This record gives sequence, structure tokens and C-alpha cells, in this order.
Amino acid sequence: MLAKLMSFFLLGLVRVLTGAQARWYGCPPKAEQRIYFANHQSHADLVMIWAALPLELRSITRPIAAKDYWTKTPFKQWITTAVFNAIYVDRARTSDQDPLEPLIEALEHGDSIIIFPEGTRGAAEEPQPFKSGLYSLAEKFPNVVLVPAWIDNIQRVMPKGEVVPVPILCSVTFGAPIQLQPGEERRAFLDRARQAVVALRDV
Amino acid sequence: MTESLRNLTASQQVAALFVIVFGILVVVSVTAFLLTFRKNADSHDEAWHEELKHFRQMLGISWFMVVVFWIAWAVGDTAATVLFALIAFFALREFITLSPTRRGDHRSLVLAFFVVLPVQFWLVGTEHFDLFTVFIPVYVFLAVPVVSALAGDTQRFLERNAKLQWGIMVCIYGMSHVPALLLLDFKNYQGKGAFMVFFLVFVVQTCMLVQHIVTRKLKRPPSAPEVSRSFNWYSWALGMLGGSFVGAVLSFITPFRPEQALVMAFIACVAGSMGHLVMKALKRDRGVTRWGKRDMSVTGANGLLDRVDALCFAAPIFFHSARWYFGA
Repeated sequence: MLAKLMSFFLLGLVRVLTGAQARWYGCPPKAEQRIYFANHQSHADLVMIWAALPLELRSITRPIAAKDYWTKTPFKQWITTAVFNAIYVDRARTSDQDPLEPLIEALEHGDSIIIFPEGTRGAAEEPQPFKSGLYSLAEKFPNVVLVPAWIDNIQRVMPKGEVVPVPILCSVTFGAPIQLQPGEERRAFLDRARQAVVALRDV
Repeated sequence: MTESLRNLTASQQVAALFVIVFGILVVVSVTAFLLTFRKNADSHDEAWHEELKHFRQMLGISWFMVVVFWIAWAVGDTAATVLFALIAFFALREFITLSPTRRGDHRSLVLAFFVVLPVQFWLVGTEHFDLFTVFIPVYVFLAVPVVSALAGDTQRFLERNAKLQWGIMVCIYGMSHVPALLLLDFKNYQGKGAFMVFFLVFVVQTCMLVQHIVTRKLKRPPSAPEVSRSFNWYSWALGMLGGSFVGAVLSFITPFRPEQALVMAFIACVAGSMGHLVMKALKRDRGVTRWGKRDMSVTGANGLLDRVDALCFAAPIFFHSARWYFGA
């Protein structure tokens, strides 16, 4: 109940502040199993892409949240689990554990996921090189559709280190799905995926 | 007819005005809807249907505006002020979206949106007339560069601040003078502030519309081709004439005599149309043809600024002329 209210509040807030526009270019919003991957510039990215998805997809799509940051306080933990139904990922890599484990579990379960393959928030215009997680997931789940997304303007809403967001119109542009070609190299694939995200900036 | 209208109370008169306006809108909308069934045979018809689609979109905006005004009037002055504050908020959001800001502008933006805007509209709502006319041009224009300077980013400092101050001036200051009209206090004119708002909006819209139609019919060379491909002094003059004339005709809903209404309407039309031109120059500078997000699907209030920019410029000048000359 409280989580429901909170999600309505957040949706309202995001819409007032950013308009939360979704622009579906390369594919329609569809209830198939997908991995959305996007550029990452702000904490609000997660909320933004979550708010841009239609209600029906929001319930079956789980965003990824960094465990160290989003479990720091009980409130952050509550919001990521109860409202966003997020999957926690360890950024500090330990030798005996695969950091992708929770993602694989969610995908096996049939959920769609939202990931930010840069790993961390960038400050530059262009996204940083993608980390290899996307490649491993694409290899492991060839039937899951890979949808690139570009989140525009959100870094102006809440730059790193600021707490009060300002109202600026933002949009999420979803592009045409990409596929892992047979025998494609890890680096080549990741660069291609990154290009697919960057290309959406200008459509 | 006029006799029976005069015997109504102020609020009944305003209600009658809304009944008339809604009536006209219903007739026009139904006609436009029925016209969509016309056959679509050749390319000429296609262009015609495209035009109709455009017209129906404009009609939708008119509906929106009238409903907003109606709600504002029905729920009282305070709610009206809040409503116009929201419009100012969305207009400023659009303005800022297309004016690149830097990291160092963040605190100034927070100030503009969450302090200046509410305070300005609060000053209007509580009728602090002397303060609200100087609050932004005097106090805020000093405060914004201070906050920016404290952020420590000197790159294009003057330019960035000018941009923000200009946005505040147009979207907040200009828009806040519309609800201020509701509160003007003329002799024997209590409770009819809504008529003043209607007068201003209607006169300015008429002048813009006349200008638009004349420009389309008579293809005159543009007077400022760098800014606008359509603006020329000839159709501008006709627009002024049309707006002023309508103002004189509408004088019975204002506290002005017909010749005074004519002059007030003229002032509003000049300010509105020139302001519209200024905003066009700003848009050209930003490389966009209209405000809002790259002609994408409209959600929320995109493209709002295009509709209200003339009003934003006309309202303060109209307000101050009325106050200065009539001592209201």
C-alpha cells in the first residue's frame, strides 16, 4: 500500500519535473522479455526509465541498483525493493562470486531488466566504454531482446552531488533491438552496443 | 438584451460570458469534426485535411485554455493564482530545457523554480502590488548572479545569467501579471476581473490571428527575414487595427470607455506581437522553430510557451498602463 502510494508520488514528481517522455523509435513497447541498456549519468536515470515505461511493462521490468549505495539506509533499501523491485548488484568484486548472478536469476525467472553497462555514472557527454556484463548476458540468453535506450538531459535535472532536482524536460529514446552475431568478439559487440545507444541521441 | 445583461450580478455576467464562449467552441468543434468525414480524393484534398488536422489541434488548445480560465474563475482568485503559477512553471521548464545550462547554474535554477516562482505568485495573490512589480527586476536580478558566482563557474558567466534572468522575466514575471489583472480594483467594477483577463487574451489573440491570416493571403516580403519568414509591417499594422477594433467593441465588458479600450487594446497588441517576435528570435538563436521537444508526441505541456509568449509580454504592460492611467 505504502509502496503503491510512493510509486504514484514518484511518477507524479518525475512527470512534473521532466515530462518523462518515452520515444519508441526502433521498437514498440511490448511485453516480451527484454534487456534495456542505457547511458548512465544520474541517480535519477533509474527512476526516469522506470517512469517512461508503460504501466504494464513496469511491473515485469526490474532495474539494477548498486548494492553498496542503495542499501546504505533503510529508506533507500525500501524504495529499491518495494517500489522499483530492483535487483542488487555488487560493485566490489569478490573472487568467488559472479556479480551477474542476481541478473541471471531474474532473467531465468522471466523478468525483463534495465541495466547501465557503463557500470558507474559518467559526467561526460559521451558514455564510457561498456563493461562486459551485457555481453555475457547476451551470450547466455540469446532469446532475450536487447533494446538500446538513450536518456536525454537527465544530468541537468540532478547533477552528481546535488540533492534538489530542477524541472527540465527529459526523454528516453528506445531504439531498434540489436543481436549478438555468431562468433562476434566481446569488445566488438560492446562497442556496437554502445554505438547503438549513442546513435539514439540525435534521432 | 443588453438591458437584461446589465441587470445581472457581476458573477452572473461572467458566467454568461463563459456560456457564450463554450457555445461557440462546441459549434466550431462539432463542425470541424464533421468536416473530417469529407472525402479524401486527390493531393489537394490531402493538404486540406492536413490543414484541418492542424486547425483541430489549435482548437484543442483553445478548449484547454478556456477550461483553465473557467476553472480559475469558478474556484476563486487564490486557485486562479495557483493555476497561472503552474502555467508559468511549465513555460519556464520549456524555456530552460532549450537554453543550455551548465553544472554551475544548478543552484540558480533551484532558486528560480522553487523560490522566485512561488514568492512572486504569493505576492500577487496577497495583493502586495508595490513589491511584486519590483521583486524580480530588482531583487532577483541581483540574487541570481550572486548564486551563480558562488557556484564558482565563470565560463560565459554573463551570458548564462542573462539567459536565466530572461526566462524568469518572461515566464514568471510576465505570466504573474495575468492573475494580477483579476485583482485590479476599478470603481464600480468589483468581481469582474475575469472580464479584464478575457479582454486581454481575446484582444491579443485576435491581433495575432488577423496578422497570421493577412500574412497567408498577401505574400509580402518579410521585414526581418533572419527572425521570422512571415513577419512584415503591413500585416502587423492590420493585426494591430483588428485587435484594437475588437478592443473598442468589447469596451462594454471593461471599466474603460470605447476610446480608452481602443488605446488599451492597441498597447496590449503591440506588446504581445513584439514579444512574440522577440521569442522567435530567441528560438532561432537556439536553432529550433518552436518550443517543446523536437516536434515529438506531445505529453504534458510541451509547446506551451508558443501559446502564451504573446500574453507574457502583453500582460505586464497592460497591467501597468491600466494602473498608471486609471489609478486602479
